[in-house]
Amino acid sequence: MKKYLSVDIVTTKGWVNAYKWLFLRRVTQLTILGLFLLGPWFGVWVVKGNLASSLTLEILPLTDPYVLLQSLFTGFIPETIALIGALIVLIFYILVGGRVYCSWVCPINIITDIAVSLRERLGIKGVTQFSRTTRYWILAMSLVVSFITGTIAWEFLNPVSIIYRGLIFGMGLAWGVIVAIFIFDLFMSKRGWCTYLCPVGAFYSLLGKVSLLRISASKRKQCNDCMDCFKVCPESQVIKPALKGNMSPVILSANCTNCGQCIDVCTKDVFNFSTRFCKS
Amino acid sequence: MANSETSRMNRRRFLIETAITACGVSLFGTGLAFHARNALPPFAIRPPGALLEEDFLGACIRCGLCVRDCPYDTLQLAELGEQVTIGTPYFLARHIPCEMCEDIPCVKACPTGALSHGLTDINEARMGLAVLADHETCLNFLGLRCDVCYQVCPLIDEAITLEIQHNQRTGKHSMFLPTLHSEYCTGCGKCEYACVLEVAAIKVFPKLLVKGELGQHYRLGWKEQEKAGESLIEGIIDLPDRLPEGGL
Repeated sequence: MKKYLSVDIVTTKGWVNAYKWLFLRRVTQLTILGLFLLGPWFGVWVVKGNLASSLTLEILPLTDPYVLLQSLFTGFIPETIALIGALIVLIFYILVGGRVYCSWVCPINIITDIAVSLRERLGIKGVTQFSRTTRYWILAMSLVVSFITGTIAWEFLNPVSIIYRGLIFGMGLAWGVIVAIFIFDLFMSKRGWCTYLCPVGAFYSLLGKVSLLRISASKRKQCNDCMDCFKVCPESQVIKPALKGNMSPVILSANCTNCGQCIDVCTKDVFNFSTRFCKS
Repeated sequence: MANSETSRMNRRRFLIETAITACGVSLFGTGLAFHARNALPPFAIRPPGALLEEDFLGACIRCGLCVRDCPYDTLQLAELGEQVTIGTPYFLARHIPCEMCEDIPCVKACPTGALSHGLTDINEARMGLAVLADHETCLNFLGLRCDVCYQVCPLIDEAITLEIQHNQRTGKHSMFLPTLHSEYCTGCGKCEYACVLEVAAIKVFPKLLVKGELGQHYRLGWKEQEKAGESLIEGIIDLPDRLPEGGL
């Protein structure tokens, strides 16, 4: 095993502070999945459906706006209930941060987080490099293909929905998708799927451009340049302008997933959750 | 000078990188489009009210709410590796057929309308079309009175009728042939489910696969006559019957 952080954060900050946000994220991810599984496993129907569309307590409709957007591109006009569900989801992520979906809800995040931490500890150096814009190209491509073929194109491939639906409705060969993503991220490309390829993340990034809840490097004067936040951040390019720039200390990049790993790892307590408009 | 050189290099790199990415993603997209087109031939029997397959795949968001609200666990979502487009709902009639609930809960559950909310009478559903696919094993065709498919049909004497025909093999009995009528058959699959054979002789297929279509210009004389209330052609010339020489 190889240490990749400059200090042992557990001895410096204690277990609770060193893994607080990671713990909260895992609890959230597993709670959401658990709520979906409560029905099929134990017959307690709090939530029905899956991430594409769900009905909570027979009253709250939620619909994935990206899937619905592809459906609109096929020329189909959905029922109002799906549009309302998508609107609720859109408003929610505009408030809490677009890519909060990625780090707090998406099941792939658990797989890729494990892959990247194993990768760091084993000292595997990635080979495959993509342009960071690739995911946006794939996002655009999925809409074009939806338009041309009249089918919701990305749903043929989307590992997020294949795995989530698999867990709730029956896996089939979906285990293979988990293994494939894990191997891809472990050996071929560091955080390859989420950082370069996934159009779902790209879609939610677009919401992140205006989202309210943000991480701020508000105590950036205390930074001792240990670089650990850059090492753990899944989108490390987002930190620099806020931490080292002389403009706002708020991380405004839409690609920030609000995962809070920088908060967890920083022994100088530089980072904290704040809002887009926070100046200090 | 050095600065403009760098910016030119940067621009060049940016353009090359963009071109590579765009080409790569386009190729990928082409592959995906082919896959999506190939996914079209529908072998699945869809839930009631499902739009035509090519529209359905653009309307169904694969959420499974129809599956959840089906009281008989008839519906399932296609898993990765199955013949049916991944994530979409379907049912296997031989496994669990559609019970044709009067309140159609699966349609009500559909958030997008991929299962058309316009369907309010379950008898109007057209999930598929039952076909007596194998005359060689159907017991009624063998001259027996099985009649099970006919008896279980929710639209008995409409979707399935028994047509009496002379049994040539015995020379003195009748055969009661189960005959399907697409005008009424909802494709619920109860006949396929109930067929007593090891492998059902009567099966439900997507309508597209089995239903024929007359040429637009075809007119059925007896129907036209019925519509008009009389023969459309006056004074049909009655030609003499031609019999072989020496015939009666």
